[in-house]
Amino acid sequence: MSLLDAENVTRFYGEFEPCGDCVDLTGPTHGRNQCPDCGTVVGCADVDLDVERGEVLGIVGESGSGKSSLAEMLALDLAATAGNVEFASYDGNLLDANYEERVDLRNTNVGMVHQHVRDGLNLEFTGGGNVAESLLAAGWRNFDEIRARVRDLFEETEVPVDRMDDPTDTYSGGMQRRVQIAKAIANDPELVILDEPTTGLDVSVQARVLDMFRRIQREQDVATIVVSHDLGVVRLLADRTVVMRHGRVIESGLTDRVMEDPQREYTQTLINSVI
Amino acid sequence: MTILEIDQLRKEFQMHVVGGKRVVGLDGVSFDVADGEFLAIVGESGSGKSSLLKCLYRTYLPSGGAIRFESTDGSVDLASCSERRLLELRDDEIGYASQFLDEIPRVPALDVVARPLVEEGVERPAARDVARDLLTALNLPEELHDAYPATFSGGERQRVNLARAIAPRPRLLLLDEPTSALDPETKAAAIDLLDRYLTEETTVVGVFHNRDVVAQVADRVVVLDDAALQRVVDVETYAEETSSEIDLAESEVGV
Ligand SMILES: Nc1ncnc2c1ncn2[C@@H]1O[C@H](COP(=O)(O)OP(=O)(O)OP(=O)(O)O)[C@@H](O)[C@H]1O
Ligand SMILES: [Mg+2]
Ligand SMILES: [Zn+2]
Repeated sequence: MSLLDAENVTRFYGEFEPCGDCVDLTGPTHGRNQCPDCGTVVGCADVDLDVERGEVLGIVGESGSGKSSLAEMLALDLAATAGNVEFASYDGNLLDANYEERVDLRNTNVGMVHQHVRDGLNLEFTGGGNVAESLLAAGWRNFDEIRARVRDLFEETEVPVDRMDDPTDTYSGGMQRRVQIAKAIANDPELVILDEPTTGLDVSVQARVLDMFRRIQREQDVATIVVSHDLGVVRLLADRTVVMRHGRVIESGLTDRVMEDPQREYTQTLINSVI
Repeated sequence: MTILEIDQLRKEFQMHVVGGKRVVGLDGVSFDVADGEFLAIVGESGSGKSSLLKCLYRTYLPSGGAIRFESTDGSVDLASCSERRLLELRDDEIGYASQFLDEIPRVPALDVVARPLVEEGVERPAARDVARDLLTALNLPEELHDAYPATFSGGERQRVNLARAIAPRPRLLLLDEPTSALDPETKAAAIDLLDRYLTEETTVVGVFHNRDVVAQVADRVVVLDDAALQRVVDVETYAEETSSEIDLAESEVGV
C-alpha cells in the first residue's frame, strides 16, 4: 500500500452556500475557479494522488491553481470540503481526523514547511525554542536531551548552532527556512510537505537550501510533497510531478517526462514559458 | 541472450503551442540488443537518436510499440510499465547520461559522481574514492574535484556527467553523446575508461556522432535516418562503409 493515497480532495472557499454545481462550472475547461452561479471559489477539486514511502512528489502550477490548498489539507492544517485520504499511520479517512488526532499526526507523522514563515514559526521565540516546541509536543521532557536534539537538527539543516538562542526574527530568510525544515523533521515524520521552499530567498541561498533538503530527504528516505511554482525546484527534487490548473490536476507523470514531453496544451505552455 | 527488444517503437509529438502540429520523432523502429553488447546509434542531426534514448528511459512517453527489457526480475515493457516500476529500474538497473548535466549548483563534483553509489549503499569514503578515480581517469584536474560543476566548462561538466553515469555500472547504460564536448586527448581517455571500467555486466546503448569513436567502442551500429531505422550493421562493416565513403568523398574533391 502507498504511504498516502488521496482521492477526490476538494476545498471550497466563500461565504455563500455552494449551489451544487460549483465543481461542474469551474476548472480548466471553463478557465476559472470561481462558480458563476453562487460565487464559491473552488480552491481545488477532485484531486487524486498517491505517494509511496521515500518518494518525492512535486506539485506545480501557476499562482492560485490550488497547490497550497491541497498541501494544507494533506498536512492537516486545513479542513477539506470533500475527499478521502488513506494514510499509513491513520485508521480511516485522514480528512476526517478530529482535533486531537490532527495535533498528534502533525507532531509525529506529517511535517509541514509553510509558504509563509509566520504560519510555521513564532518569530519572537528563539530558533531553538521553535524547534523544541515540536519535541515538547511529541512528549520530550528532559531539558538536556531536548537541547542536544535541537543542536543536532541545527547541524543537520546547516543553521549556525551559536544562533540557537537568538530570536527567530533576527535570522536571515534562508536561516528561517532552515529552522522550519528542522522543526518539520524533528520527530522523524513519514511525510514532509514543503510549500514553496525557496520563495523569497536569493538564488544562491535557494540552491543551498534545496541541496540541504535533498541530502536529508535521501539520507532519511522521508516521503515528501514539494509544492512550487518554480519548475526548477520540482525538477531537482521530485520523482513524479502533478500539474495543477484552476484547482484541478491536469497532468501527472515522471518529473522528467512532464518537463520534456508534456502532453497537455497547458503544460506545454507552462514549460515553454520557462525555457 | 537479448537484454532489450525494441519492437515497432513509435514516438509522435503533438505540439499544441503551434496549432496542434504533429511531428514524428520515431517511426516504427525495431531492433534487439544483446546482453553485454555495446551498441552505437548514429544518424544525422534530427534523425531521432536522442528521442530513441529518451523513450528507452521513458523521459519521452512512447506513442506506440514495445520495449522489452530483461530485468533481473523478469521481462518488462519499458514503454508501458508503471511509473513506479520505472523509477525502481532507474534506481537499480538503468543509467542515463544526458547531453547536459543538470545538478544542484552547490554540490562538489566528487559528490555528484559519488551520489549514485552512496544511494546504493556504498560507504561515502569508498564512493568518493571511486569518484576520484573516475574523474582522474577522465583528466579532470584535481583542483576541480571539490568545486561546483555549475562553474565548469562544457567539457568539464560532460566528464562529471559521464563519470556519474558509469560509476554504479548499471546493467543498461544509455549515453547521449557522452564525449561530444571533449578534446581528442580527453576523448581517448574517456573511451579507454569505458572499456576498462565497464564489464560484460553492462550493456551500453550510446548515441555518437564521431565515426572514429564508434569504430573504437561499438560492437554493432544502428543507423537512423529521418525517424526510421535504416540498418543495423556490425562495427567492421560500418567502419569499411564509412571509410569507403570518405575515400569516395576525397576522390570527388580530387585529393
Ligand atoms: N482563505 C481563503 N479564502 C478564500 N479564497 C481562498 C482562500 N485561500 C485560497 N483561496 C483561493 O483558492 C484558490 C487557490 O489558492 P491556493 O492558495 O491554494 O493557490 P496556490 O496554488 O497555492 O497559489 P500560490 O502559487 O500563489 O501560492 C485561489 O483562487 C485563492 O484565491
Ligand atoms: Mg501557495
Ligand atoms: Zn456554485
